[in-house]
Amino acid sequence: MSETAELAVVGAGPAGLAAAALAAGFGLDVALIDEQPGPGGQIYRGIETSPHAPGTVLGEDYWYGARPVRAFRRSRVRYLPSTAAWSLDRERELGLLHAGQARTLAAKRVILATGAIERPIPIPGWSLPGVMTAGGAQILLKTAGMVPHSGTVLAGSGPLLWLLAWQIGRAGGKLDAILDTTPKSNWRRAWPHLPAFAVSPYALKGLRLRLAVGRRFRVVSGVVALAAEGQERIEAVRWQGADGSEGRLAVDTLLLHQGVVPETNLAMAAGVPHRWEETRLCFEPVLDAYGDTEVPGIAIAGDGGGILGAWAAEETGRLAAVAAIRALRPDAAEALRPVEARARRALAHVERGRAFLDALFRPAERFRIPEGETLACRCEEIAAGRVIEAASMATGPNQLKAYLRCGMGPCQGRMCGLTVTELMAKARGVSPAAVGHYRIRPPVKPLTVAELAGLPPDPVGEGAVNRD
Amino acid sequence: MFRRQPETAATLSILVDGKPIPARAGESVAAALLAAGLSAFRRSPVSGVPRGPYCLMGACYDCLVTIDGQPGRQACQVPVASGMRIETKP
Repeated sequence: MSETAELAVVGAGPAGLAAAALAAGFGLDVALIDEQPGPGGQIYRGIETSPHAPGTVLGEDYWYGARPVRAFRRSRVRYLPSTAAWSLDRERELGLLHAGQARTLAAKRVILATGAIERPIPIPGWSLPGVMTAGGAQILLKTAGMVPHSGTVLAGSGPLLWLLAWQIGRAGGKLDAILDTTPKSNWRRAWPHLPAFAVSPYALKGLRLRLAVGRRFRVVSGVVALAAEGQERIEAVRWQGADGSEGRLAVDTLLLHQGVVPETNLAMAAGVPHRWEETRLCFEPVLDAYGDTEVPGIAIAGDGGGILGAWAAEETGRLAAVAAIRALRPDAAEALRPVEARARRALAHVERGRAFLDALFRPAERFRIPEGETLACRCEEIAAGRVIEAASMATGPNQLKAYLRCGMGPCQGRMCGLTVTELMAKARGVSPAAVGHYRIRPPVKPLTVAELAGLPPDPVGEGAVNRD
Repeated sequence: MFRRQPETAATLSILVDGKPIPARAGESVAAALLAAGLSAFRRSPVSGVPRGPYCLMGACYDCLVTIDGQPGRQACQVPVASGMRIETKP
């Protein structure tokens, strides 16, 4: 028999924590499933165990995370940490894995708060040891108090790039250079959104960060090409400026970033329709005003529904919980009204300025759509050139998967999905919307046969195959 | 190279390919290996080139190591424990 819950929330970042705590407060039987050993998601990762003294190094926006985490700890949520969700079907049955033990959990409602992953940065040499994402370096700083102190370059574009540089500076770390790949032409697109951004909560903070980083580290702007060089690991980073100038630095660590995109695998596996979002260059689930998807009983909250950041995630988490509570406790409708109104007001406030950030930090095609020998798929080592060659023969990314094995490795297309879609779209001269994404099937996380075989027996399923 | 800040000194020890390296309770196996200066954790099953942690958040599967005899574990997702035995294929 499957374990049950009225509401299952996947992900213990700001959206999942807020959703779970609110629903439990209204008396729902809530299970919160999370891969990490502690709550906070990636944004507040390690908030209960961070080696940093509260209030230092990481900045006030990180330490704010202690509040939602405390509220969650006070709630009556059934918390399942260190547990991976590897499948979800339309009947809202989740496949879980904890300490090598697989099991299932069936829920009346599911809220997916799986957050974001780093957008792939397929430059030459990006699979060499020593090349890492900026998000990864930030996790090392948050959870282990580790900072780069020599031979490190940070390259790419986006708010996280500057936040990480600022945090590294505060922690006494060293960056040999910051290579900014933000295309200068983006300013033209961002300009109309500047007034809204200027009055947003991000403007002053962002400006202050940028100035502080510029005073501390060498910043090279207008970088139009990047490559990691090395045999067994990275030995140097080479770049090219818009004016044709070239640079090269010997490094042992290269940190890359060009924004984050929704982590959609579990939602896609459950059959939730997604559409290509041209302004943000990624696939986003189709959601209503509460985050409900077209699959009955499955909602999405937080960055998994579209990148809006941690503050917005908390509010979309609450809105998804409001819909779930109302569905399961019709009597609570009246009490939910002020809760919803507050969440919508707060959401409108933190959504301001987002269009400016989306336009300004839109990554250049050069850094999204690789060429030649550059790997598109890291797991199966499929070069961009091979994807382009096969693009004319395959009907879509799925058939390409069968031809080339791209997207069939353990990451299940997380590292190559967007790249392959955009490569195919460019090769055919059509929109990524027309190409679509890999069809994602469970398990969305690799599972050993032994782990799968360890699932508790299912009497209905057994009855179907054992006829005697 | 990454370095631990002084106030986050190591508190325990794990065995990496038979050699003890310092680690701090609360950090991942991947963090401890990187702090010890190791960036290549395994060989790609396709061409045999070295690979190491890339995303550190459980998405890329490039940090797979053997932990206490169990192969294919994500080093970035497993917290260190005193005496843990790690095998890499750098």
